[in-house]
Amino acid sequence: MQPREPAHHVSPRAVAYWTLRAVPFWILVLAGELFWLWSSRDRTGVQFAVLSLTVLFAAVHLIVMPRWRYRVHRWEVTATAVYTQSGWLTQERRIAPISRVQTVDTERGPLEQLFSLANVTVTTASAAGPLRIHGLDRATAEGVVSELTEVTSHSQGDAT
Amino acid sequence: MLLVHPVRELGQFLPALVGLVLAGRAMGNGQLWWLGPLGVVGVITLSVLRWVTTRYRITSEQVQLRTGLLQRKTISTPADRVRSVHVTASALHRLLGLAKVEIGTGSHEAGSGLSLDSLRVVEAAGLRAELLHRSAVASSDTPGTVAFRAAPAAGAATSGEHEIALDHDTALDHDTELARMDPRWVRFAPFTMSGVLGAVAIFGIGSRLFDQLGVSAGDVGPIRGGLSYFEQNPIWLDVIQGVAVLVVFVTVLSIGGYALSYWGFRLTRHPHGSLHITRGLLTTRATSIEERRLRGVELAEPLLLRAVHAARLSGIATGLKPRAGADGGSSMLLPPAPRAVAHELAAQILRDPAPVDVALIAHGPAARRRRFTRALLAALVLILAAGVAISSGVSQWLALPAVLTVPAAAMLAADRYHSLGHAIAGGYLVTRAGSLYRRRDVLECDGIIGWNVRQSFFQQRAGLATLTATTAAGRQRYAVSDVPLSLAMSLASRALPGLVDDFLLPDNPVREPFDSD
Repeated sequence: MQPREPAHHVSPRAVAYWTLRAVPFWILVLAGELFWLWSSRDRTGVQFAVLSLTVLFAAVHLIVMPRWRYRVHRWEVTATAVYTQSGWLTQERRIAPISRVQTVDTERGPLEQLFSLANVTVTTASAAGPLRIHGLDRATAEGVVSELTEVTSHSQGDAT
Repeated sequence: MLLVHPVRELGQFLPALVGLVLAGRAMGNGQLWWLGPLGVVGVITLSVLRWVTTRYRITSEQVQLRTGLLQRKTISTPADRVRSVHVTASALHRLLGLAKVEIGTGSHEAGSGLSLDSLRVVEAAGLRAELLHRSAVASSDTPGTVAFRAAPAAGAATSGEHEIALDHDTALDHDTELARMDPRWVRFAPFTMSGVLGAVAIFGIGSRLFDQLGVSAGDVGPIRGGLSYFEQNPIWLDVIQGVAVLVVFVTVLSIGGYALSYWGFRLTRHPHGSLHITRGLLTTRATSIEERRLRGVELAEPLLLRAVHAARLSGIATGLKPRAGADGGSSMLLPPAPRAVAHELAAQILRDPAPVDVALIAHGPAARRRRFTRALLAALVLILAAGVAISSGVSQWLALPAVLTVPAAAMLAADRYHSLGHAIAGGYLVTRAGSLYRRRDVLECDGIIGWNVRQSFFQQRAGLATLTATTAAGRQRYAVSDVPLSLAMSLASRALPGLVDDFLLPDNPVREPFDSD
């Protein structure tokens, strides 16, 4: 009994967004190492090895991670349930019945606005199970929210 | 009661008052001596004012608490949102015949619950019955408005403003008793962590006290005597005596703690559908939980308790958060007691023995491999660390404990795998995990409001997943760890029919679960 993947991909623009979001971390690491190189008097091969390894890791991470994420991140809303899949190395699928949905929020950070993306967060009465769909197209996100709001307004009972 | 607030607040402000007295002495060559008494009078005045300005009120729709002199604050809670009621009475409260009522509303925000301090004991009991059975008794005999306030000084308690309805008092007599503390259970106290924690706390406070007072512990007569006695002995004798003293100390502390918290423990079921727990030697506590809010139980068997065939039981309820600590927390249903008693009580509470006694389904060879890999990797890290330490000059004897971590890790892994299991029985999802702290969670399937299926990179390679049932009760999440993915999906589908079925691949034949261990 294997689970299938949710039906919809997120927006392809999310790839660029995830790449850009990961850049500051690597810049910080590289800046630290360059400072180390610059401040030490005798420059050994170790420092250059560490520096080049960092550049290599950064490149691999920035190229692989967003594309891997894009393949994993998926979502689906059916008449009875919300189903999401996210992550890359560690992957997580979340399923919540529509009848137990309490709130539906969208949220757009500054960087996401640049790519006109939006996040949708669906919460239930459990503190453990908010479903988040990252990197949705703005129009799609609004569609999802209005659809969910419409459906959940008819259901009742949140099992508290 | 007029006395409780001033006494408690004087206690709370004690450090500040001591500071005031000291400051009064130090500054102005003793002319500011009145600073200290002024502080005491100020605190007493403020707490009396607080008592005067606090009003409680219960209507058929809501519970209201109004406090504050300058900044008026009104907290109100719809009466049908009341999930649990605690009645606590400290030694001071009991001396004065008073109690404190805390009302839980199921919200997880801090300060959202109501706390009514210093009600008379009869009022508190009546209020508890009133609040809990309001929904059950419904409109029939609920008074429209009941207004009252903290009882004024005993004897003069007839100001006409506190007429609390006590009509449900008679109904309280029909409680059926499910469990009662047996004094012999105290023998399990040394096998809990409470004694160790108590010893650590006393040691910490003691050393802080010495530190603050500027005295070295060696200056105190008895301690100095003890230290010089130890100095005269050979080291091995010191170690044996030290361990013996520590064991006795921890045992005494834990037994004292157990008696303080759980003495007179009694769990009863009220015919209107609620459980009542009363306990405590000096501070008495009474907790009431509505049974329809109870979504299951947790049976905890930490390693030491497991060794003496004992277990603890707590409830999974909405409106009650499991709190850690020696006190057991508000969702406690049974203090450390014989395992058979815990099983029987759980069966009575759930009205079904199956979920607590059912044989669990093991998670298979991949999960066992993962237990061993993780434990042995941790042992390897410790050995490497010991190796580094030895090469940098630490005693070579460190190698012995380092090597011994390997068999210890293997035993831990074997036990962790043995504990791991799950089942569905009688409409409950049952999951068990852990070795040092083994817990069997029994969660009502109707209380599950979603699934999280998580796979780390290594779990994906091993074909395993961690299935988490999310719920509004208790810990909010109850996980079935390292179960084969196909088994996880079939489990989710059986626990909550219809929800995950849309999201399964059609063709794959259903694999049979592994045999139970």
